[in-house]
Amino acid sequence: MRPKFVVGGAVIAAALAYMIYAGVTQSAVYFVTPAELRAAAVAGKAYRLGGMVQPGSLRWEPRALDLSFTLGDGTATVPVRHKGTPPDLFGEGRGAVVEGTWSADGYFRASLILAKHSEEYKAPHGPSQAGYKELIRTLKGDGR
Amino acid sequence: MIPELGYGAAIVALGLALWGAVAAALGERTGRPALLLSAQHAAVGVFVLVTACFALLTYAFLTFDFSVRYVATNTNLGTPFYYRITGVWGALEGSIILWTWMLALYTLIVILRHRESARELYPWVLTVMLGVLAFFLLVITVAAPPFARLSPVPADGRGLNPLLEDTGMITHPVALYLGFTGLTVPFAFAMAALCTGRVGDAWITMTRRWTIVAWYFLSLGLLIGGWWSYHVLGWGGYWAWDPVENAAFMPWLTATAFLHSVMIQERRRMLKLWNLALVILTFGLTLFGTFLTRSGVIASVHAFTQGTIGAFFLSFLALVMLSALGLLAWRWEALSAQGALDSVVSRESVFLLNNVMLVAAAFTVFFGTVFPLLSEALRGVKVSVGAPFFNQVNVPLFLGLIFLMGVGPLIAWRRATVDNLRRNFLGPVLTGVAAATFFFALGVRSALAVLTLALTVFVAATIALDFARATRARARLGEPLLPAMGGLLRRHNRRYGGFVVHLGILIIAVGVTGSQAWSVQTETTLDRGQSAALAGYRVRFEDLTASEESNHFKVAGTFTVSDGRVLGVLRPAKKFYPQEQSPIAYVDYRLGLREDIYLVLGDFARDGSRATVKFQVNRLVSWIWIGGLVLTAGAGLAILPETKRTA
Repeated sequence: MRPKFVVGGAVIAAALAYMIYAGVTQSAVYFVTPAELRAAAVAGKAYRLGGMVQPGSLRWEPRALDLSFTLGDGTATVPVRHKGTPPDLFGEGRGAVVEGTWSADGYFRASLILAKHSEEYKAPHGPSQAGYKELIRTLKGDGR
Repeated sequence: MIPELGYGAAIVALGLALWGAVAAALGERTGRPALLLSAQHAAVGVFVLVTACFALLTYAFLTFDFSVRYVATNTNLGTPFYYRITGVWGALEGSIILWTWMLALYTLIVILRHRESARELYPWVLTVMLGVLAFFLLVITVAAPPFARLSPVPADGRGLNPLLEDTGMITHPVALYLGFTGLTVPFAFAMAALCTGRVGDAWITMTRRWTIVAWYFLSLGLLIGGWWSYHVLGWGGYWAWDPVENAAFMPWLTATAFLHSVMIQERRRMLKLWNLALVILTFGLTLFGTFLTRSGVIASVHAFTQGTIGAFFLSFLALVMLSALGLLAWRWEALSAQGALDSVVSRESVFLLNNVMLVAAAFTVFFGTVFPLLSEALRGVKVSVGAPFFNQVNVPLFLGLIFLMGVGPLIAWRRATVDNLRRNFLGPVLTGVAAATFFFALGVRSALAVLTLALTVFVAATIALDFARATRARARLGEPLLPAMGGLLRRHNRRYGGFVVHLGILIIAVGVTGSQAWSVQTETTLDRGQSAALAGYRVRFEDLTASEESNHFKVAGTFTVSDGRVLGVLRPAKKFYPQEQSPIAYVDYRLGLREDIYLVLGDFARDGSRATVKFQVNRLVSWIWIGGLVLTAGAGLAILPETKRTA
């Protein structure tokens, strides 16, 4: 019986190795910075691009669900387009990681946006409080 | 004063744990019962002291003692009472205390249950348990001290991570940690077996129920984690192959393998070495998972990045693995198996194959999780593999496992005859084929979905067949039908508990298949009064309201859901926590057996005239939670003490 089990084990191991190999080659995503992407962008390849959302670059068109912004790392910038609402924790001047592909038309087409949590300590009752009160007032008052 | 007391208690507990670990081992070597007794007392002392630590930290949370750094970062004056308690284990330091407390509790139970019944193994078990406790106490006192002071003392704290303000936060970590720490017990018994050279079946018999208990909690923790992800995170999913999820899933896979392989050792005296290796691997994976998630080497959405603690866990992991593998090598001779496999077509082979597949799944999850580290170390490029990798590699393995789930419990030991196969499997296979035809005729065109559903029906048919036969056998002896069924479940609770767990897995498989294959979603911007349609449902945007809650502001949309007639109102919201930089989504949903309607509020106009909403119809997801309940009920049945077999 021994040889049968050895052969069976080898077949399973080979199948597993092949599945892992195929899985890796098909779903590998490369982590790049804007500078690295600018240096050697391959259209159609899957990237995960990380950088800072450049101040003044954020455009959000709710009717068409078009989101566009620029990610930068200090040396280079990359224009990014996305279909969908900006996620929580996303905003200008903050870090973000986007997943998607480089389009031949010269922009990054993001299929997924991951906003980065900042660990920094913030005073809980800062100026933002006033902003929320204002928001509540607007929603309760004029909007109706 | 309170924090210093807590810190002092942890240091004394560390000393006691170290002493107890050494004393128990010395007691065993020298045969002096006084030393063993002293170790026992030390273990009780550790439990009392860790309980005190836990109570003191809770007290600091309840009294808003912001001079304690951990309290100041995880609570604030607005945090409701309930979340001030769960906040105790809301971040790293406190969760290590919870973990240590559970480990101390398990040690206490081991002492109570096994000091008489396992005389030979017991001293070493105590040594290992106390040794592991000492490590965690070292983390508490040095690497992640929960009682560290903060100066200057802030007027208010930062507050708990808003995502953790959920009922799932009390149960999810508690269940998960009870599972993780519970796995220390079989590991300790395995080490004791290796130390004493009693590598026979005694340690397996004694830890059988312990392993099921740990597995039960680990499963529960994973399921609640999925539920939390589904109803809090607002992405409409329950499992993302995130490193933190994987960290809990890997030991679950190997523990599942272990639960099955011990049956082979009990029955056929085989796989001794394999069982020991599996337990060591499982325990190692619990430590590795903690290292992975707490060290910040791998980016994760859970993101509790911390500094030095990773080095602590990695060193301890290395120590544990080296000593365990060293012991294995030392006892190599005694471990060579006595039984041998007779035939490829036998229950032993099927169980072996099940083990190979479970370990293979654990390996692929491990490989995918550490892949970014590997590629960076070997090739210098940061490459990650995402959910597609895990799905692609694991789906065939899981389908194989489901198939084996049907074959394993019914196929004959040693060598299955053609007659045995026909008697047990002809009906179920035909039922499975019929199911495949039925689903295809119903219009299911995804090959994967048809295959999964057919396999599920096949396995369910084997379970039904077995249960019907056994009931009929009892009924023939004159028992009425229902008591016969009940008696069967109670008398053979391990076997039928296992079957119920299998049923739970099948139901989960149906839920996963359905949600993957048939869920639909859309994202759209609506003006007030406007509606969006999806899969026969209409969602109408009625209104936007704002309110002030105890510790946050909330902007909620009002949406009417209808499918011709009005079904209800959903109020997805955005919550603005002052201590957070941006809002947190609050999902609203309408659960159903067939499908869930799931709404996430995206963007909105400040005057309330317009809202962007993500609208999902998630199919069969509820069956995942139902299957989870069935699974835990089955595990609970299997945990019950076995009744004496009276002929």
